[in-house]
Amino acid sequence: MAGSQIIPTRMELGKQKKRLTTAKRGHKLLKDKRDELMRQFLDLVRLNKELREKVETGIRAANGNFVLAKAASSDQNLNTALLAPKQQITLEVSSRNVMSVEVPVFETRTRTESEGDIFSYGYAFTPSELDDAVDSLAQVLPEMLRLAEVEKACRLIAAEIEKTRRRVNALEYVIIPDAQAKIKFITMKLDENERSSQVRLMKIQDSMAAEARAKALEQEAAERPARA
Amino acid sequence: MYKIGVIGDYDSIYGFAALGLAVFPAADASEGASLLKRLTADGYTVIYMTEALAAALSEEVAAYDETALTAVIPIPGISGNTGSGMAMVRRCVERAVGSDIIFKND
Repeated sequence: MAGSQIIPTRMELGKQKKRLTTAKRGHKLLKDKRDELMRQFLDLVRLNKELREKVETGIRAANGNFVLAKAASSDQNLNTALLAPKQQITLEVSSRNVMSVEVPVFETRTRTESEGDIFSYGYAFTPSELDDAVDSLAQVLPEMLRLAEVEKACRLIAAEIEKTRRRVNALEYVIIPDAQAKIKFITMKLDENERSSQVRLMKIQDSMAAEARAKALEQEAAERPARA
Repeated sequence: MYKIGVIGDYDSIYGFAALGLAVFPAADASEGASLLKRLTADGYTVIYMTEALAAALSEEVAAYDETALTAVIPIPGISGNTGSGMAMVRRCVERAVGSDIIFKND
């Protein structure tokens, strides 16, 4: 701790004081950043939970429909029906800045405009349950994409909050107290030095005065018998 | 141009092919791991993965938590909802807040 390595000089004191002000300012800024990130995170994570619940129920329902479709038709038949999809989805990714965290924003493009293109088969040889299944899955898809975006943002922000919190704590409990202790140590050491030099001066002054007095007495004594 | 992929057991994911997502059936965890690696290298940004497989590959999935682009999102498979997708959200909250304040009533 303080005193083990630092040199108690005015220059070091100035350095430590500067370090303390920087640390205090950084601490305040990071704390504000953490609070704002936390606010945004809580909003996002609530949305994440909501979306996940919707998507999970949606997919469960769609899976149920697929089981029905499978029961109503043969495996090969279904596989052939879905073998060559008409539709294709691609992503455009841009990013949004949330308190210096780059959060992705996904935008989807479908190859064809028509909504009916999710049905990549003729209706003659497939069960109607398959239409229901594919349709129910298509209805969940927009929410699934939104979920991907929100969940990714949540994970990134959570990681950033953790990092920021560590920094805030390091500043609050290590860097700032350390600088304060060092400043206290140096000031005390400097005061101590000043006092000791003052005492030394006073001592010298005293001894010089005593010497002068002794000399004066001696002189007086020497002059007295001469007069007598 | 980025793409969306779905990894999992065939029965759980084949329906997504009709919607225009690329499906990649994986019979077991090791196949899933190599698929995940290949897809991320091939420009798949959003990868949906069945919860069962994501639970088996939790380490590999966690590695993408802090990459800016790739999002691995667990979805329920045909065998039902294991709750591991929600557990991941819960872990995320715990990581950020320090304790779970969103799901405590569930």
